Amino acid sequence: MAQTDDPIEHLVGLLAKLPGLGRRSARRAVLRMLMRPGETMLPLAEALRRAAEAVRPCRVCGNLDAEDPCHVCRDPRRDRSLICVVEGVADLWALERAHAHRGLYHVLGGTLSALGGVGPEDLAVQPLLARVAEGGVEEVILALPATVDGATTAHYLTDRLRPLGVRVTRLAQGVPIGGALDVLDEGTLAAALQARRAV
Amino acid sequence: MPPAPSLRLTRLRLRDFRSWAALTARFGAGIVVVTGENGAGKTNLLEAISLLGPGRGLRGARAAELARQGDGEGPLPWAAAGRFEGPWGGFDIGTGTPEGGPLARRAFRLDGLPLRGQADLAERVAAVWLTPQMDRLFQDAASDRRRFLDRLVWALEPHHAREVAAYDHAMAQRNRLLAGERREGARADPAWLAALEEAMARHGVAAAAARRGLVARLNAALARGITGAFPAARLELACAVSAALGAAPALAVEEGLRAEWAASRGRDAAAGATLAGPHRADLGFVHLPRELPAALCSTGEQKALLVAVVLAHAALIAEARGFAPLLLLDEVAAHLDAPRREALFAALAALPAQSFLTGTDAALFAPLRGVAEGFRAGGGQLVPDADLPVP
Ligand SMILES: [Zn+2]
Repeated sequence: MAQTDDPIEHLVGLLAKLPGLGRRSARRAVLRMLMRPGETMLPLAEALRRAAEAVRPCRVCGNLDAEDPCHVCRDPRRDRSLICVVEGVADLWALERAHAHRGLYHVLGGTLSALGGVGPEDLAVQPLLARVAEGGVEEVILALPATVDGATTAHYLTDRLRPLGVRVTRLAQGVPIGGALDVLDEGTLAAALQARRAV
Repeated sequence: MPPAPSLRLTRLRLRDFRSWAALTARFGAGIVVVTGENGAGKTNLLEAISLLGPGRGLRGARAAELARQGDGEGPLPWAAAGRFEGPWGGFDIGTGTPEGGPLARRAFRLDGLPLRGQADLAERVAAVWLTPQMDRLFQDAASDRRRFLDRLVWALEPHHAREVAAYDHAMAQRNRLLAGERREGARADPAWLAALEEAMARHGVAAAAARRGLVARLNAALARGITGAFPAARLELACAVSAALGAAPALAVEEGLRAEWAASRGRDAAAGATLAGPHRADLGFVHLPRELPAALCSTGEQKALLVAVVLAHAALIAEARGFAPLLLLDEVAAHLDAPRREALFAALAALPAQSFLTGTDAALFAPLRGVAEGFRAGGGQLVPDADLPVP
């Protein structure tokens, strides 16, 4: 794409790349902001800069947070014997919004896909095994998508976790095939976690 | 068993659909015959009817291919609408290019209101068909016969398509891993392979069981004489996994498959493909009166085999859904000799289903006078056939 000198077009172009925003809605947002730049644009620019500088992946679980370890990992009220494995940070946030899980998390960073060139070494598998091997973990809940790749990844992790003597459970059936946790409503999420079953 | 009430298409409207610029046709009989020259748009008419149900219709076409090419204007937005009388009264189904939307998309309406998905459609309308392209089934590869069978299963068990797709996906992943092992000499992660083989076993056994179940039900329908005087047929599913399901519970078959695949990784890596599994299934057809496999049958007998299977399938859909589906038989009569043709007409008249037949030779349908309603297609028009008036 040609770099444009026009600051408005440049901003529209940047916003239009964000998920859920097409060029039309990006243009509408920019127009709205330009009406009151001092009240909307400058605070937004400052917030973007602060977030970009401060937010890091948590070295323990992979969550994105301004603190490292993240606020979940530091929370003393969390049940540290329980780790919920999710595909991405969006799923972690969805479970947090639903208050569905009282333990810790582990963000895998994807699912296994030979066709997509994603192998175990591309995912946070080793860090998960290391966390469990350290001790203190009694149950690992696999909250991975109900796609073929998600199920394959869950099966793979079960295989790798079992020798460590930890209980491995999965979300209850009823999470729709291909449905990412992120788009499920909070009640469904909480119910799926409640009704998890051993594998 | 009392016959299922039939589903009747009483009116069809087309706009810029394939060769038809505009058409309004009313149908009053249980058997509708459309004759005309090649290229008169007869098959397009059947295709339009097939698109009023779920799926991509009898040609498996993409939405954009269905648009009529305007004179120098390029493809035009198209629409097909049917008025039906069913067991639950009358209703209208419409499909076509969404209003103001791209030609690549297809929208559905029920009684004028937008339908979200095709699942609602499946509860209302079902159609089964036989086209000249299907004659090649006996010469084609096993994969084509397997797809033919899968479509028959899918019409009765919508989740079957998902099981087959999931199996194919997991197998493609396994093949890729094994290919990498062969190319790079590095051993693929055995836990990863085992996880893929587990998914293949689960989805593959579900797909094989559904195929096996449908073949058994079709054969039972054929054996109890669903085709009337029309020569019956028997289907033979050639699939080791389906056969194993006859002798052992599904979980044991899954376990056997996992063990077999785990033991054949080296062989499959060398071959560049998974050599055993439900994806190797083939479907055999036997012409019952002479116990003759399809390969040894005349073309007329092969046509009769397909007709028998389609009639049996229509009967199963009628049982499952509570209404008989529409039968769309494209250029079928011409390939049957006179006795078989008359047996087919008698079988169609005895079915609760409404059927649509096409042909170039109007004389072949003369025995249907007083039973069927005829139309002649040509020059972009569909006109009533005086030789086959509304009975
Ligand atoms: Zn953390």
